[in-house]
Amino acid sequence: MTATGTARTHPAARPQTAPTPAGAADSAAPPAPAAPGQAAPPAPAAPSAAVPAAGSGSPPPVPSRTRARPASLTARPSSPAARAARRLRAAALRSAAVLALLALWEAAPRAGLADPTFLPPVSEVAAAWWELAADGELGEHAGASLLRSFGGFGIAVAVAVPLGLLIGWYRPVAALLGPLLEVFRNTAALALLPVFVLLLGIGETSKVSIVVYACLWPVLLNTISAVGSVDPTLVKLARSMDLSTPRLFRKVVLPASVPAVFTGIRLAGAVSILVLVAAEMIGAKAGLGYLVNASQYNFAIPQMYAGIVTISAIGVAFNQLLVTAERRLSLWRVPAA
Amino acid sequence: MAKIEFRSVSKAFPVKDRDGGAFTALDGIDLDIAAGEFLVVVGPSGCGKSTLLDLLAGLTRPTSGEILLDGAPVTRPGPDRGIVFQQYALLPWRTALGNVEFGLEATGVPRRERAGRAREFLDLVGLAGFEDRHPHELSGGMRQRVAIARSLAYDPDVLLMDEPFAALDAQTRESLQDELRRIWQRTGKTVVFITHGIEEAVYLGERVAVLTSRPGRVKEVVPVRLGPRESGAHGEDVRSSPEFARYRHDIWTLLHDEVARARRLEKEEAAA
Ligand SMILES: Nc1ncnc2c1ncn2[C@@H]1O[C@H](COP(=O)(O)OP(=O)(O)OP(=O)(O)O)[C@@H](O)[C@H]1O
Ligand SMILES: [Mg+2]
Repeated sequence: MTATGTARTHPAARPQTAPTPAGAADSAAPPAPAAPGQAAPPAPAAPSAAVPAAGSGSPPPVPSRTRARPASLTARPSSPAARAARRLRAAALRSAAVLALLALWEAAPRAGLADPTFLPPVSEVAAAWWELAADGELGEHAGASLLRSFGGFGIAVAVAVPLGLLIGWYRPVAALLGPLLEVFRNTAALALLPVFVLLLGIGETSKVSIVVYACLWPVLLNTISAVGSVDPTLVKLARSMDLSTPRLFRKVVLPASVPAVFTGIRLAGAVSILVLVAAEMIGAKAGLGYLVNASQYNFAIPQMYAGIVTISAIGVAFNQLLVTAERRLSLWRVPAA
Repeated sequence: MAKIEFRSVSKAFPVKDRDGGAFTALDGIDLDIAAGEFLVVVGPSGCGKSTLLDLLAGLTRPTSGEILLDGAPVTRPGPDRGIVFQQYALLPWRTALGNVEFGLEATGVPRRERAGRAREFLDLVGLAGFEDRHPHELSGGMRQRVAIARSLAYDPDVLLMDEPFAALDAQTRESLQDELRRIWQRTGKTVVFITHGIEEAVYLGERVAVLTSRPGRVKEVVPVRLGPRESGAHGEDVRSSPEFARYRHDIWTLLHDEVARARRLEKEEAAA
């Protein structure tokens, strides 16, 4: 009894480090376009990599496109069968690493390479996940988390993009505010959590606010620099046609800024989940962060992993969604420029 | 009355490292350009050619003097002047057609007419069939032709061109030169064309204005009387005619002194 008791409490830190391979890969992959393993499926994570990836084996993003394409892309002869086979191969290639990880996760605890108490095989985690999902608990927690992080993310984007466009347009304002914005950006949002709790209480307001805060800076700073780096000859062109400033914004500055703004938005998407989960671990009665923390506290280890996996899945799905939106909006981008 | 009149136009830029100091880019430019004329401006690098064009476009204001367009002072940009920039300045997110339409949108051509008119002008510069290509799917020469079509489509009286063919290979450049001359003859627009190329200046211009370096002044305006530039009945090229060689030599001589002087000034400045 005492032996297991100490065994339970002593390596308590382990469950928090053990999941990092899965957890870190997921939280790090969206903002880091260069992460080799993860960057392959959401190819356009690095905007410049978007089309080369399409050209090198995987099918073009929008195969039904009728527009004239560069010869290198149209020249490839392909029957429907060959195309299906290629798509299958690409899908297999893309899921290979994930499947390998799952296999390792299943095998390692069974083979005694890891303590099954702290790292149960993935099948047990899946069973626990299914149970949680079936009784509605998971849905409840996920719903609470999604509402907070998407709400905060949405508010941040809605505020930061127009604000960033304005600040970026008026260079002196950008120069004036630049250092201040850097300070805010580099103040870890989580370090401010106690301040938010102090000012706004422990309820929803403080959680959504911290997400807004954390998401605001990447979007704002990226938007400001996007406006600053709009090709000056395009602005000159618009001026030479006597375009009014609002139209200049709508027709030139905004479309030219889309790629850089989206980089900020994708960063914010990853941050919104990261920060929220951490906030939920500290003071919450619902949410995935709460689920993970409470499960660990109650030694419901498979449930804890089920929560972690859900967080990862949401992160990946969200990033994928943003990547797709970005691709839609920047089909014109110069490949490999 | 001249279409465009420069009346002792000067332009100075404030210099940052010297308090209250100013750098005179253009000094006392006097120049008349007739309606329908093809005027080429040559001069050493940094002598203020682009500045001259910006002033005429209304993108900047002269420090002193004034520029008259149809007798009225130029104070701001307008759809009566179209610019073709050296760097193409195409909107990369729009197709060739969309880029030509951009000029039409900006100048308030009704939506229904835009696509048809844009197509017509892409056709004029020989780009029929490339309407749906984005700039990165076009060659340099094609991009420049899109830019030219864009400026022509909204039908400005005056076409301002800043070294539009500088970045192109010799063959593309020559064919675009011919195309430009054809368009000019057909439309009767007034063209102000900037170039580094002496050959290009002689081939295109009815008159060639040579600018001095630092500050830019009009050193001399050389009228070029060459007759039709298109290849003759026997395929002979004006470029190889003795008259052409003489004009080229004259302008080369005028420029050569200026380039040497510009180099010397730059060296002195660097030493100081
Ligand atoms: N906005 C500016 N502020 C300060 N100086 C400027 C500015 N624009 C141009 N200049 C200076 O004015 C001079 C003339 O510039 P401009 O661009 O008109 O030269 P250019 O004859 O077009 O040269 P190039 O043949 O190399 O294109 C240059 O010495 C340049 O440094
Ligand atoms: Mg220039």
